[in-house]
Amino acid sequence: MTTSTLNGTTNIALSFSDEQAMLLDSAKSFCSHKSDINAVRSLLKPDSGHNPDVWQEMVALGWTGIAIPEQYGGFAMGLGSMVPVIESMGRHLLGTALITSTLAAQAILRGGSEAQREKWLPKIVAGTVGSMALLDNEDWGSKLCGVSTANSSSSDSSSKIVLSGKKLLVADATVADFFIVSINHSGNPALAIVEASQLTANAISANTLIDETKRAATVDFSGVTLSPDALLPQSEQALKDIRLIGALLIAAEATGTSAATLDCIVSYLTSRIQFGRLIGSYQSLKHPTVDILLQMDSSRSLIYHAATLLDKGPEIGPLEGDTEVACRMAKAQATETLLFAGDRAVQFHGGMGFTYDCDAMLYIRRAQWAQHQYGDAQHHRLHLARLLLD
Amino acid sequence: MSQDNASQAEFRSQVAAWMQDNRPADPGFLLPQTFMEVGSEQVLDFLREWQHKVWSAGYLGMAWPKEYGGQGMSRDFQRIADEEMKRLQVPICFNVIGLGWAGPLILDNGSDYEKEKYLKGILNAEDIWCQGFSEPNHGSDLGSIQTRAERDGDDYLINGSKIWTTMGNYAKYMILLARTDPQAERRYNGLSFFLAPMQVDGISTQPIQKITGEYGFTETFFTDARIPANCIMGEEGQGWRIAMQTLQYERGAEAGAAGGISILSIVMDDLLRMAAEIEREGEPLLKDPVTRDNLIKFMIEEKALQLAEKRIEIPALCRDYPNSIALSGKLRSTEFFRRMRQYALSLQGAQGSLYVGDPDTIGGGFWQRAYLNNFSTTIGGGTSQVQANIVGEHVLGLPKD
Repeated sequence: MTTSTLNGTTNIALSFSDEQAMLLDSAKSFCSHKSDINAVRSLLKPDSGHNPDVWQEMVALGWTGIAIPEQYGGFAMGLGSMVPVIESMGRHLLGTALITSTLAAQAILRGGSEAQREKWLPKIVAGTVGSMALLDNEDWGSKLCGVSTANSSSSDSSSKIVLSGKKLLVADATVADFFIVSINHSGNPALAIVEASQLTANAISANTLIDETKRAATVDFSGVTLSPDALLPQSEQALKDIRLIGALLIAAEATGTSAATLDCIVSYLTSRIQFGRLIGSYQSLKHPTVDILLQMDSSRSLIYHAATLLDKGPEIGPLEGDTEVACRMAKAQATETLLFAGDRAVQFHGGMGFTYDCDAMLYIRRAQWAQHQYGDAQHHRLHLARLLLD
Repeated sequence: MSQDNASQAEFRSQVAAWMQDNRPADPGFLLPQTFMEVGSEQVLDFLREWQHKVWSAGYLGMAWPKEYGGQGMSRDFQRIADEEMKRLQVPICFNVIGLGWAGPLILDNGSDYEKEKYLKGILNAEDIWCQGFSEPNHGSDLGSIQTRAERDGDDYLINGSKIWTTMGNYAKYMILLARTDPQAERRYNGLSFFLAPMQVDGISTQPIQKITGEYGFTETFFTDARIPANCIMGEEGQGWRIAMQTLQYERGAEAGAAGGISILSIVMDDLLRMAAEIEREGEPLLKDPVTRDNLIKFMIEEKALQLAEKRIEIPALCRDYPNSIALSGKLRSTEFFRRMRQYALSLQGAQGSLYVGDPDTIGGGFWQRAYLNNFSTTIGGGTSQVQANIVGEHVLGLPKD
């Protein structure tokens, strides 16, 4: 009776359909079978970073078509249904290009012409990999500048567009069949579709990432010549939406990884004996572990809240208002949680935690990677302050 | 908040209109945020009058039977009335131990005689109830209760003492947990539950001055206090089970409580309103980037707390640790409010060093008192540290200390 309760005036929509619950169960089961910790470690060194057979199975399960409308060969379950799938992948550190390919599909769906949708979306459902090349520098708030168009002096709409410049940290670039590239087109931000076959030789140079389960590269788009129909007509809105959807999907993945990190900590705390006691009995370890649980609970509530709002809105309408707030809150919460959990996982493993053999290293490295994808926590809080305090 | 049907929606606006029309004028003192803050006759009279008024208007005990002062309506209506009272931040219905603990117990377990005798007085605030569970030196470990209840003819003789008795000095009745069988094999089996009168010889109360400087609790002493044997609820030895039964009513009107709000919620909107009034070096505080970042952190946390109450109803999203949200709710919310109120004071600058009674405080010292009083929630009912142990052991399966 005396426990404080909160006022319910803000948007706290949260729903989860039976269909989504089934998807979550099957995704959990699939990821735990296909991506046990030995499988994860076996993929740390190879260039592709993922098992192509597992990717084909994911395609066969329909995961590449979950958020794509039926007329383009998808299953029209909505983006909200990607959240349980991506969370499950994060739970088992299962790689592949599903996140980036989903974002490329959403860019075309939201910003593309009908011809572009008809050309690319069915291919993506069938397993063609798209990647996003958005990042010009380390500042998520920056204006687009890195890749620009040259020879655009002519306003003739049929004239060819020549790109110049590089993009940083392009996810899964080596396996991508095409890229959605943000460009500065005659002073205006735009998105362009560039096929991998259009790149010049040696355009892709792989990055060495702190998270060895992930793959990204610097891609030099200089010299790529595009016809005007490679540009997405609704680029500006699509770009804004993609950044929010990306933030949510990374948040979902990070939440899954936080749960895995918590399992890893609990397992050690309930088996390791020091000074004659199981170390989980020490409150100096027990209480921070409880904090991780509570933080993870918050992350999970927030990602499914955002998923709920995404599915309530129009299928391809702009992400605004409460939906934008929810995506940003989810990202700010989920990656900070994983940073805390991963950091404590290393520390609580003592000397073991300092070794490459200890799985805590996988989690803290993932945490450091995830915080910078699609805006770090402070970036999102800055935008939240503009949305909620002004 | 579930979706209202037409008659519920109409009722909701009717409640809202009544509350707005009848909201008491500023009494010239800070309104209590919880029923643990009734520290003077002045506050007592004010709250008694308000609860009586809410009951007379038909917005309290709506789902209790008509013959006992209720309205015999569906619990949904009381829930809606409660939601509106909370939203509009009208004063609390302060007779909380009666409305939320004793009343529903008597409705569920009591005889017709007991229902007749007690229920109406709970609703109309004529009979104030208090609770005698905790004892000095035992904190919230109820299994260690030492207060004795010894059968003596038609009476029980009570000896011992209770602590943290809310409104003990004003109460007419106490729900009392006492030991009838000190030899019971399991210590919980030796306890019995009483609906005990307070105005009898041998019961005395000593007000406890709180951290705020105010009163609200007493220590209660029993010295050969004689209470009629028929005050026992259930049988001897069932006290623990009945005490645990009271916990289910904490979910509010939907679980059988009479309704009314027992706490004035303070939410982030209140903090934002306060912050909007403050300037630093000629600029509104809400333009300061560090303040903005901190406020947004609190707002994310508040949203997550609100969402947890919804997620707990979706089992598919609670599979890893099914009891996590339920067992951590108190820890999370009370600690959130403690930090949020502490932050409110830090935003006040020099004025944060003033206290209730100083004419230059912000909001009459509302946040100062709210922050200090909040410790009752992070300490009472099991401290946050004990809560963290419970969550660690019962949710995560970590070994005991």
